[in-house]
Amino acid sequence: MQKKMHVTATINGEVQEFLCEPRQSLLECLRDILHLTGTKEGCNDGNCGSCTVLMDGRLVTSCLVLGPEASGAEIVTVEGLARGRELHPLQKAFLEQAALQCGVCTPGFLVAAKALLDREPQPSEQRIRWWLANNLCRCTGYDKIVRAVQQAAAELAATQGGMNRL
Amino acid sequence: MKWFDYAAPDSLEQAAELLARYPEARPLAGGTDLLPQLRAGKRTTPLVVDVKKIPELSSLTIDEKGALTLGAAVPCYRIYEDERVCARFPALAELASILGGIPIQGRASLGGNLCNASPSADAIPLLMAMHATAETWSTSGARSIPVEDFCIAPGRSALAPGELLVSIRIPALPPRTAAHYLRFIPRNEMDIAVVGVGVSLTLSDSVIQTARIALGAVAPTPILATEAAASLENQAPTAAAFERAARLAQQVTRPISDMRGTAEYRRHLAYVLTRRALEHALQAAAAS
Amino acid sequence: MSTQSYQVIGTRPIRHDGVDKVTGRALYGADIQMAGLLHGAILRSPHAHARIRSINTSKAEALAGVKAVVTAADFPPTGDRIVDLGEGETPLSYIRGNILASGKVLYRGHAVAAVAATSPHIAAEAASLIEVEYEPLPCVLTAPEAMRPGAPLLHEDLKTKEFGQQTDRVSNIAEHFRHSLGDLEKGFAEADIVLEREFHTATVHQGYIEPHNATALWNNDGRLLIWCSTQGAFVVRDTTACILDLPVSQVKVTPMEIGGGFGGKIPVYLEPVAALLSKKTGRPVKIVMSRKEVFEGTGPTPGSFIRIKIGAKRDGRFTAAQADLAYEAGAYPGAMVGAGAMTVFAAYDIPNVTIDGYDVVVNKPSTAAYRAPGATNAAFATETVVDEIAEHLGLDPLDLRLKNAAKEGTRRADGLKYRRIGCVEVLEAMKAHPHYRAPLEGANRGRGVAIGYWFNAGLPSSCTISVNADGSVTLVEGSTDIGGTRTSVAMQAAEVLGIPAGSVHPVVVDTDSVGFTAVTGGSRTTFATGWAAYEAAQDVLRQMKERAAKLWGLEPSAVRFEGGHFRASGHEISFAELAARLAETGGPVVGRATVNPRGVGGSFAGCIVDVEVDPETGKTSILRFTSIQDAGRAIHPSYVEGQMQGGSVQGIGWALNEEYFMGPDGEMRNSSLLDYRMPTALDLPMIDTQIVEVPNPGHPFGVRGVGEANIVPPPAAIANAIYRAVGVRMRRLPMSPPNLMQELWKKS
Repeated sequence: MQKKMHVTATINGEVQEFLCEPRQSLLECLRDILHLTGTKEGCNDGNCGSCTVLMDGRLVTSCLVLGPEASGAEIVTVEGLARGRELHPLQKAFLEQAALQCGVCTPGFLVAAKALLDREPQPSEQRIRWWLANNLCRCTGYDKIVRAVQQAAAELAATQGGMNRL
Repeated sequence: MKWFDYAAPDSLEQAAELLARYPEARPLAGGTDLLPQLRAGKRTTPLVVDVKKIPELSSLTIDEKGALTLGAAVPCYRIYEDERVCARFPALAELASILGGIPIQGRASLGGNLCNASPSADAIPLLMAMHATAETWSTSGARSIPVEDFCIAPGRSALAPGELLVSIRIPALPPRTAAHYLRFIPRNEMDIAVVGVGVSLTLSDSVIQTARIALGAVAPTPILATEAAASLENQAPTAAAFERAARLAQQVTRPISDMRGTAEYRRHLAYVLTRRALEHALQAAAAS
Repeated sequence: MSTQSYQVIGTRPIRHDGVDKVTGRALYGADIQMAGLLHGAILRSPHAHARIRSINTSKAEALAGVKAVVTAADFPPTGDRIVDLGEGETPLSYIRGNILASGKVLYRGHAVAAVAATSPHIAAEAASLIEVEYEPLPCVLTAPEAMRPGAPLLHEDLKTKEFGQQTDRVSNIAEHFRHSLGDLEKGFAEADIVLEREFHTATVHQGYIEPHNATALWNNDGRLLIWCSTQGAFVVRDTTACILDLPVSQVKVTPMEIGGGFGGKIPVYLEPVAALLSKKTGRPVKIVMSRKEVFEGTGPTPGSFIRIKIGAKRDGRFTAAQADLAYEAGAYPGAMVGAGAMTVFAAYDIPNVTIDGYDVVVNKPSTAAYRAPGATNAAFATETVVDEIAEHLGLDPLDLRLKNAAKEGTRRADGLKYRRIGCVEVLEAMKAHPHYRAPLEGANRGRGVAIGYWFNAGLPSSCTISVNADGSVTLVEGSTDIGGTRTSVAMQAAEVLGIPAGSVHPVVVDTDSVGFTAVTGGSRTTFATGWAAYEAAQDVLRQMKERAAKLWGLEPSAVRFEGGHFRASGHEISFAELAARLAETGGPVVGRATVNPRGVGGSFAGCIVDVEVDPETGKTSILRFTSIQDAGRAIHPSYVEGQMQGGSVQGIGWALNEEYFMGPDGEMRNSSLLDYRMPTALDLPMIDTQIVEVPNPGHPFGVRGVGEANIVPPPAAIANAIYRAVGVRMRRLPMSPPNLMQELWKKS
């Protein structure tokens, strides 16, 4: 009876096929099967945001999605943010603002912030804080993360239609 | 996590058949409660039935009478991004926007919140205050259960084995009516309600015509404060009336002490939040 | 030195490991993939205190996919001895006993056995099939409870050490020590006002986002290879070798990127277990903790009971101070109460002082360091009493602190006499800060201040620098980089070599590839490893001068290095130009250095906080927050600010909501990131920072470690702000809504 399932999904723009156990989460599929280890596990119950990815354009914590649920879905992970060698403005802003220390929460923050800026190009500080409240960072106190998102928003506004969409 | 199988039926019939065949099967909507429970070993199941491909569970419609039918698997973001819901059921849209963080709202549904039957579920007090009903389906047919009768114990609902929640039906709000949900959480997001209060008020001339008050996290299941609500009827919406109602609401609570707060603290919050929720609802009703 | 101008130091280059960390390419411990990899899982005690009667692993072993099961019985019989593996002298049996329990379990979550299987799910299922028969014993959960005569004993052989002497008294008090200065009775007799208060603080966790993990491969050549998330690869090497009875040279530890530590990733939990499982199976074994395991099975920081008494003259001058500090060590001795005692009055020059410290074992996880360990608990007590004295005497709280501030030459009760410190400068900066003078209007709002201190550590660091032909250098170091230290270390080498920070390529390597380096902890990395980089760079310059001299046919002593150029009369060559000519002048140049610096300079940090309290719910909101700290010399100001902001917010979390909420059975009821309630972005304002620079005379660039002191003052400052907002003095952490409501009810 215990049979793996065949899943086809578009991951960072590429169609991927893989076999997974139904109990494996999308996070496990990304990390252990597809070796996309940029997406991190911090709590495995949706409360830290380290495993945040985009699924059909929506933010999800990939630990709370079963692998088979990704069948037919479009997934974007941190590995899909840069365009070739060109970093996403958020990635540049995180570096310039020193918005990471240990860096383990960073992938989740970047994906979450991208989803925000894709929808709301000029969010207020409060809106940024609200949007990112599902992502825990224990190193930075969030100050520089909020500033980095503000910087990226300003940069994206200055280069209209630039890098904000894949 | 122990092995389970996964099925994603695309019709109610198929789903009901699977649930009938595997009484221990668990429906999966957003998974934000189910997966942590399976991982922690609090629940086990041989089969997870993903219900998101069933049209009735994924639709959001408003009928000609203005009643909202909310598919049990409709994720929160679809509620607060729906302009009709925001216009006609603003309290519901607001509720959907505070259930978990943004990634949780990408998956979690009010139906799931209801079926999880947690005493502290955010959705249930508001749905109770809004006269919502739970519409179910099983191989033996359809049922409509008032939300206040849906939870029977912590983590246990009135659903029979093999019975599936299809949708939540919320009647149109009468004129000069507003609902409001208010919870207390120590953080500003990402927290479980220490106490939650859902209210609705209908105004008529200068008095309150009807009121409804429901409280969460103060008893084994969310409860209606019937006497408190009745005390407001045909009363002017004054601070004194709200104060009295809040004290009456406090009297029906039977809270426990746990890591989220002591029983004494919860009783106190029930009073504070009821009063504040009524004040919010009054403002909204007067403006509507 | 302080007037010197720098080219690199004080600038804000992009960190060297940054791109890998924003693209998801950086490899953390749990990211390891390997052919034949097995996954481990740990079975943990459901009891806070119990005797293990028997362990039956047969059902677990019979599960398909299970490859091995181990218990403490699989450890080699090394006997017991005292070892110092980086956290002070400790019996080996304690370290080993915490990794896998034998005889007794001492806390809920104590590791009892472990499984290796072909998938993490199978391993977890198999662990649950191990049958352990326990004889439950009564548990003690707080220091006052555990100190009571007749309290249940955790260790039947633990004899109290008193004032440095071993006694025959068996109790849960591992140690009682005392520091004294002057004449306490005389001091209190001279005082016009004496306040005595008692405080309780809850156990809290460091809360790093990355759970502990370790992968081990006991290779066929007998060498043990380990990849893990640690603050100190050499601590892991030495501890694992010690427990497994191997020569240290047989263990190679590769520190992977680390997702936060704050002191909690100094102790070893998983590595020896993964090693045993690898030995049994001949395959690599990876173990990754769940979040619940992190809370229940790793070291939080001690809860504490503290009594503080301070006497002052009418003009505010402190005449005497007394402290009793009882810290909960958790299951094994070592509660950081020593640091608590050394920091409790560290900001003040007080002539008559007595400090008693008690290291008490309780049935909670064995505690570990957490950012200025022991100091935050103590400062919460002292700084709120100081605030109360200021109120009684009608003095400005910062003026009172300035009147008594410690300075160069001040002697602490533990005997240390301060060298140049920045306590006064930090207090003056606080007083001058616009935040302190800004009006704060509105009901239920208040402002509070507090100051805190942390020592910073020296300890050994090693470093080599190889010169590349393109004019860049490769810097090899042994300090795990948790928050940008690759860059703060590289910048110090760059400054010496006169090259841009980007021309230094820092690499953190395994224990085979660099000399011994102590942990990234104690705010020591930028200070000590930075110093090693400074020395290694000086070594490079010495050798490069020889090469330039050779080129020019001069004596090396005739060559000077200035402004990035080697010069002698009539000759000049840049660092990069000379780097390209090493082959023809004798071959590669590698500079090396090891240091064990003594010139550590403590750091003071103060904060100003505005709060608003909802008097009906007891919820406190942080409206504005300013952190001010003496960095000695800020190498990379952005990462100094980052330390200040991060430490401040951890302090805010500790103050307001974080706690191990324990049931009477010793179960932590809130062992998830949902219910442990660390601050989110939405709970905070921007965290303003001001760096004060009082250079440390004990470091070539004046560096003081900045990692820790910033967490110390926030709980006290917030308590003081709450008092001004709603008129209640909070003497219990956390000042959570229900706890604050309790006090508000008492007041009304």
